[in-house]
Amino acid sequence: MEVTLNHLKRPEESAVDVSRRLQKRTRWGELFIQTFLFLCGAVSIFTTLGIVYELGKEALLFFQMPGVTLVEFFTQTEWQPTVGRFGVLPLVSATVVTTVIAMLVAVPFGLGSAIYLSEYASEKARKILKPALEVLAGIPTVVYGYFALTTVTPFLRIFFGEALNIYNMLSAGLTMGIMIIPLVASISEDALHAVPNSLREGAYAMGATRLETALQVVVPAALSGIIAGFILGFSRAIGETMIVAIAAGSGPNFTFNPLQSAETMTGYIARISGGDVAYDTPDYNSIFAIGLLLFGISLILNIISRRVSSRLREVYE
Amino acid sequence: MNRGVVLSETSNLSVRHQWGKFFQGLFLFSTVIGLIVLGILILTVVDKTFTLVAVTNKVDPATLADRPLEELSAEELRQILRDKLRPARLRTIERDMGPIAQMGEADLTALIMAEIVKPTTRASYPLFQSLTRRAEIEAEIRKEYPDAQIYFKAWLSWDFLQRSMATNPDLAGVRQAIKGSLLIILITILFAFPIGVGAAIYLEEYADKRNRINRILQTNIENLAGVPSIIYGILGLAVFVRALAPITSGAAFGMDAGSGRTILSGGLTMALLVLPILIISSQEALRAVPNSLREASFAMGATRWQTIWHHVLPYALPGILTGTILAVSRALGETAPLILVGASSLINKDPQSVFSFFTALPFQIYNWTVRPQPEFRNIAAAAILVLLAVLLSLNATAIVLRNRLSKRL
Repeated sequence: MEVTLNHLKRPEESAVDVSRRLQKRTRWGELFIQTFLFLCGAVSIFTTLGIVYELGKEALLFFQMPGVTLVEFFTQTEWQPTVGRFGVLPLVSATVVTTVIAMLVAVPFGLGSAIYLSEYASEKARKILKPALEVLAGIPTVVYGYFALTTVTPFLRIFFGEALNIYNMLSAGLTMGIMIIPLVASISEDALHAVPNSLREGAYAMGATRLETALQVVVPAALSGIIAGFILGFSRAIGETMIVAIAAGSGPNFTFNPLQSAETMTGYIARISGGDVAYDTPDYNSIFAIGLLLFGISLILNIISRRVSSRLREVYE
Repeated sequence: MNRGVVLSETSNLSVRHQWGKFFQGLFLFSTVIGLIVLGILILTVVDKTFTLVAVTNKVDPATLADRPLEELSAEELRQILRDKLRPARLRTIERDMGPIAQMGEADLTALIMAEIVKPTTRASYPLFQSLTRRAEIEAEIRKEYPDAQIYFKAWLSWDFLQRSMATNPDLAGVRQAIKGSLLIILITILFAFPIGVGAAIYLEEYADKRNRINRILQTNIENLAGVPSIIYGILGLAVFVRALAPITSGAAFGMDAGSGRTILSGGLTMALLVLPILIISSQEALRAVPNSLREASFAMGATRWQTIWHHVLPYALPGILTGTILAVSRALGETAPLILVGASSLINKDPQSVFSFFTALPFQIYNWTVRPQPEFRNIAAAAILVLLAVLLSLNATAIVLRNRLSKRL
């Protein structure tokens, strides 16, 4: 000890003093910065708590209103809060129909596009196509809503004629599917890209064609990531607001016929809050009850998606 | 797996290759279908922005003065207003929009058009239709509106960008919407950027990943990124508009707007919305900084913060900025939260401060799209072109920035 510290010694100090001086000490400035940065991170916790608290509180008020029961909420097929009908099913059915249509578009095209980008496209083509898909993802949903109403619906009417309502779930769902393709494609592509080349080379060595390699070797190996992408797309479709608010119709309608107009959960929230909704009315509180339902569904889907992608992940070295 | 069996049992190689070609075509189609739709979408919008119109005026502007309105001086324009409008109407206008004595020529002309000339678009025909069937359309218009003027109209014009919101689609513009959007974005960046980057620095540079609190923090941020935007709108309504009304309405600062449905509420809501996206992209940028850089700095005796501030952050900055631009473009296009927070389509005064009521570009598009009169679709299309132009240039900047960054690494 004595020897190693000699060169650090000041004239009046003993070796013990030196070692104390060089000990790790609290740097208040550093600590302050670290605390501040932690608080920045904590904002996100407060956001979550805020969402849960506000949605929960107002939804509770909603369910305490005379005439509202949980059973009615989840089983009745009529939603007219102003006249005391509180069955959420018509809003849920519309959400289900539009979401299923959207997934029917987004899953095959998203996966196909991911396979093309990862397995077929040259480096040059990838460099052009990927940013192009990102542009597609960056278009505001209100623009897609406009497109659904002014272009997709008239186009579909060529096939369905008057049977297709001007506001209808089919057009909203199809447009939503197009909107979600880039999301599904991008996540699936990441998953496919992460599959090691040795697997592909092994398949080629066994005489498989490129298609057989892609569908029978690479896709199964990347399945967890692909499914996670599907689930995220699904969650996105459920929460999408502007397309359905513009193109699917305004007015709860308990139907599974995509040619008809019906209002989704998000569409209802947007319509009711569009005017200056007065606080503490059935309308106001119902926004929160439906919001809570929506938040719950999307949270569960998010969690499942992460579980799937980590559970099913096969680790290749 | 079933098809797999069939394929491998097929010994005929050419059949297998044909399948391969077929599917390759399908995959390529899946990739470009989005782009095809994007093309159709832009064509649709252009188609509706430039149309052949039949316009009738209530009062022919030629009868108002001996020269065209554009050549008159401000005083002459004011005289026309005083002559042609009833005093009561003039007083109402002055109460809403300020005294006409202080208005410039552009505003006065707009006022004369809105109050006296009152041009009305009787019919409008999309661009491509008008180009291919012009003669037919003109004959149709002549029959129905004999006194109408027929001409090509660009709904997107310099005037459109400068005019105020109005109930007449021929006279409506997006000035307040653009200003509202810009102010909202400004507040969003002001709050989201420092907090987002701060949180990312904490999670990447300080947080012990084994610590439970830090793990919860990370999971929570990833979950928040997946929460639908309308939920943020509900949160904004409950917290910023209602609970914090004394602050967001400006009452605490002596400028009471009357309620919390202000630009500040909108901006704060958007800040919460983009925060998770910003944190995650900043984290990725920080993760891309090689560890050797940090270690070298520590070895020279720098503290953790000195290392971050002088070495890590400058290196990660292009990546962080790319993420920020993408977050901003997301905030610029979001509509649902603004509906909840109380954007209003009845705004015809410029926002004076962050405590003003507001409208924003995407909200205005929504509002015009859902109106029944077809002319509103035309100005909605024009507004969409404005929004897309801004967003595409933002995205292009982000992509260029990212390419530069990947070259350097």
